[in-house]
Amino acid sequence: MCGIVGLFLKDRALEPRLGEMLADMLEVMTDRGPDSAGFAVYGAGDAAHVKLTLRGANLGAVAEAFKGKAEAAARDTHMVLSIAARDEDAVRGWLAVNRPDVVVTGAGHRIELYKEVGLPGDVARRFDLAKMGGTHGIGHTRMATESAVTTAGAHPFSTGADQCLVHNGSLSNHASLRRMLEPNGISFETDNDSEVAAGYLTWRLREGASLKQALEASLDDLDGFFTFVVGTENGFAVLRDPISCKPAVMAETDQYVAFGSEYRALVGLPGIETARVFEPEPTRVYVWERN
Amino acid sequence: MRTVDLAKSSRRDLNAALHEVQHNTNETYWRVENPAGQHALAVGLDAPVTVEIAGHVGYYCAGMNQQATVVIEGNAGVGVAENMMSGKVHVKGDASQSAGATAHGGLLVIEGNAAARCGISMKGIDIVVKGSIGPMSAFMAQSGTLVVLGDAGDALGDSIYETRIFVRGKVASLGADCIEKEMRDEHVLALREILRAAGAPDSVKAEEFRRYGSARQLYNFHVDNASAY
Repeated sequence: MCGIVGLFLKDRALEPRLGEMLADMLEVMTDRGPDSAGFAVYGAGDAAHVKLTLRGANLGAVAEAFKGKAEAAARDTHMVLSIAARDEDAVRGWLAVNRPDVVVTGAGHRIELYKEVGLPGDVARRFDLAKMGGTHGIGHTRMATESAVTTAGAHPFSTGADQCLVHNGSLSNHASLRRMLEPNGISFETDNDSEVAAGYLTWRLREGASLKQALEASLDDLDGFFTFVVGTENGFAVLRDPISCKPAVMAETDQYVAFGSEYRALVGLPGIETARVFEPEPTRVYVWERN
Repeated sequence: MRTVDLAKSSRRDLNAALHEVQHNTNETYWRVENPAGQHALAVGLDAPVTVEIAGHVGYYCAGMNQQATVVIEGNAGVGVAENMMSGKVHVKGDASQSAGATAHGGLLVIEGNAAARCGISMKGIDIVVKGSIGPMSAFMAQSGTLVVLGDAGDALGDSIYETRIFVRGKVASLGADCIEKEMRDEHVLALREILRAAGAPDSVKAEEFRRYGSARQLYNFHVDNASAY
């Protein structure tokens, strides 16, 4: 069992409150996943810059090393390093040589991605999620099944620029998919089955598929139980396996689209009383995108 | 009328109060405010009371119900009215998966749609869904009646034992050992009665439905024992 929450805003007036709403939703899902939690928020950004979310000890030294070339914003065990997009390869190269202990949890123009072991409410407070703004965000509360309770095993997983995926369920063919994807240039940080699903979508998107097409293809190629919520720079998508093994509820209003593993996660949202509340159908790909 | 506000009191307090109700009670009308999608509301009732719940509910609402009428003024989560023995459960919105699962009796009415596995392992309940139902509905159904005014998803009635299924719309596919059967007068009359009990509009005619049931090839059925099923 795991818990998923997601929020995609249509009404720009709500953007400053994205983190606050997402934090409340995440904490309600503690019952479904008390081991660890994580979230991705799509906030401010532009094409000329890349945000690297770093996780590790003594990140201040990394900030010091790029003083003048990067803006660093520390949050508990994570730090977002904003750099010129053209410097991304150089910075990643420097990290690989000088700080191999540091993990890049997410990278892109707008994504910031945080995860930690602990109760979801505590994790959200440690990173001050409630103060974050943005256009959309995805969160996950984890009850581990296929791999260990570690920070690295917490969701979301990001395997491509501005992409992230959260997963409730378990995949049976993740080992063979991993063997197919790695020679195709998709690299993985963990043994986690959900990271393979993220990598699969990254591969499909890289090969030219739309988000909808990538998810439709996953129905043929992934074996197992899944409810996925996926984020891209401008998109938000939901998919459930053919037997809809894992729960899902959605709510849509003129202001937002919201996802919860249970309706309880949605009760605090504005206007929920009159929202269209529905259960996403199995095998149907739901995608929302904004320009 | 007795009102319980779940913003102020707990689900356990509500269920405990409902369990204390005696069969000859005068407190026959309850309102439950602010359900907020909580699980296991109004479960295990065994008294002739009406409980109206003002909003969406979580899992297993009105499970194990006997005698009571439970009205959900919103959507219901997984397993609404699961294992109901008697009484009535009325969902004004949609129902999630496994609505009416394993229920032995009573009437479950869903005004909207029901998701996957509606009536899974049903054992005597009557279920009326005014919208459509999801895949794998009436899986291993054993007894009772499933009535669908809309469409049915894939694998309807898979591995069915005995249950009457009536669908007015399209059936995406039938599951193993589930077949279409002749709609005889006795079925029209019985269906008409269930539609009336479920408050279906007069414009919905029993003659518009098609009947599905067990081919009796998968399990050890002997016609000599038919009265036992």
